[in-house]
Amino acid sequence: MCGIAGLQLKNPDLYAQLGTLVVPMLDVLASRGPDSAGVAIYRRDVPPGELKYSLCAPTPGYDWAGYVSALEAAAGAVPVEFRARGRDGVIVTAIGPDRGPDLLAGIDPSVRLFGYGSAIEVYKDVGPAAEVCDRYGVTGMGGYQAIGHTRMATESAVTTEHSHPFAVSPDLALVHNGSFSNYASVRRRLAADGIRFDTDNDSEVAARYIAREMAAGADLPDALRGVMKVFDGFFTLLVAAGQSLAIVRDSFACKPMVVAETADYVAVASEYVALADLPGVDKAQVFEPMPQEIYTWQV
Amino acid sequence: MAGVTAVEFSCAELSVREVNTALRGLPDGSAVRIIEPRGRHNLAVGLTNRLSITIAGNAGYYIAGLCDGPDVDVEGFVGWSVGENLMSGTVRVRGNASECAGASARGGLIVIDGDASSRAGISLKGGAIAIAGDVGHMSGFMAQAGTILIGGDAADSLGDSLYEAVIYVGGKIRSLGADAQVEDLGEDDVVRVTEMAASAGFSHVSAQDVTKIASARNLYNFDALKDQKY
Repeated sequence: MCGIAGLQLKNPDLYAQLGTLVVPMLDVLASRGPDSAGVAIYRRDVPPGELKYSLCAPTPGYDWAGYVSALEAAAGAVPVEFRARGRDGVIVTAIGPDRGPDLLAGIDPSVRLFGYGSAIEVYKDVGPAAEVCDRYGVTGMGGYQAIGHTRMATESAVTTEHSHPFAVSPDLALVHNGSFSNYASVRRRLAADGIRFDTDNDSEVAARYIAREMAAGADLPDALRGVMKVFDGFFTLLVAAGQSLAIVRDSFACKPMVVAETADYVAVASEYVALADLPGVDKAQVFEPMPQEIYTWQV
Repeated sequence: MAGVTAVEFSCAELSVREVNTALRGLPDGSAVRIIEPRGRHNLAVGLTNRLSITIAGNAGYYIAGLCDGPDVDVEGFVGWSVGENLMSGTVRVRGNASECAGASARGGLIVIDGDASSRAGISLKGGAIAIAGDVGHMSGFMAQAGTILIGGDAADSLGDSLYEAVIYVGGKIRSLGADAQVEDLGEDDVVRVTEMAASAGFSHVSAQDVTKIASARNLYNFDALKDQKY
């Protein structure tokens, strides 16, 4: 079991409340996944041309000032802003997506990159969801959409980097409830194409696969159709891209999902109980998505 | 109803266990309203007293499961396995239902005003399920006895490995499961559909417009030489 939840806001008046709305959803779903939790928050708060890199410290009390100085020196006069988030932080800079991940890894390979893009910020760690969100101050964060995960690990270790979301290309994030059975074969094929992996987690393989398909020109629904063809196993996937939110379930659809849509938002979660506190949800259209159908919502 | 006791329980104040314990202690004929269900699982399960229970909002898994007596009315959506193993009484869902609606129900009537998701009526053992809208895939899987009435469309593999339960579908059937077949309606079927549609309050379903699905009974006996595949 794992819990997944997502919220895309249609009404900009709600943007300031994104964290306030999403954290209780994940807190409720901690009963489905007490090991670890994570969230990808999407908000437009950097100038055009700049990106946010969500970085995870190797140890508490990490020397971020030293890291930023080293990055500025390596990047060559590109300004770097550091936004502290608990033990971790977000770097805001004009260093582009082609150069950024390798450049950052070169500064200190023990600092892990959990996501990057013009809108996305990724926070994840071991522990129950409410605690993890509290460490990063997620409740106070605004934004236009978020996806999150509460993990009960079944196939790989319980660590910060094995937590979801997996956000492996600009503004793309994935959370997964289920388990892929053929992910090692898919990973070998992707690795043969030069794709590198951060963990041995099955869900990361799906994230890398979708990222590769989209980099090759596929749109998100096309990439998810590819997932259905290539991956075997159980999955309910929730995927966010810069402007969209999508869900897909395998043909058996035994991993749950409920959708509630109102004029103000679309909310999805493993169980309705996670949606019960959303404003106006008692008037929402509530349904369970069909297997093998791709549902997408655009910001 | 004469002598009705009006009672209200709030899930914002009581745990599911407290609500169910309180329900169990009420005398027959009581009318109960459960407010702020907030998607809670296991509300109104295992009751044997004759209550009229209204759940005022969207609810979670196993609502009214194992009941043998009450009438339960949910003013919203329900999660997985509403009315699972229902013995008698009625369950009405005013919204949509998630998977496995009425799974293994032995008696009673479950009415879904919206759509039901996958595996509706799985392993049905004698109960009746009426769905106004569509059902998901594998509905009626291995259903042994009872009736499923579907006002809308059925997704793939309807009635797979069906035993003696009968399914009536008002809309389109995407595909039948193994050993399920279309049969002509007899007089008994017309009566059954008419009565069930009336009980459910479905004005859009009539016996003249439904397709009957029943077991071809080819899987009843294992044939070791079939297709010489073994």
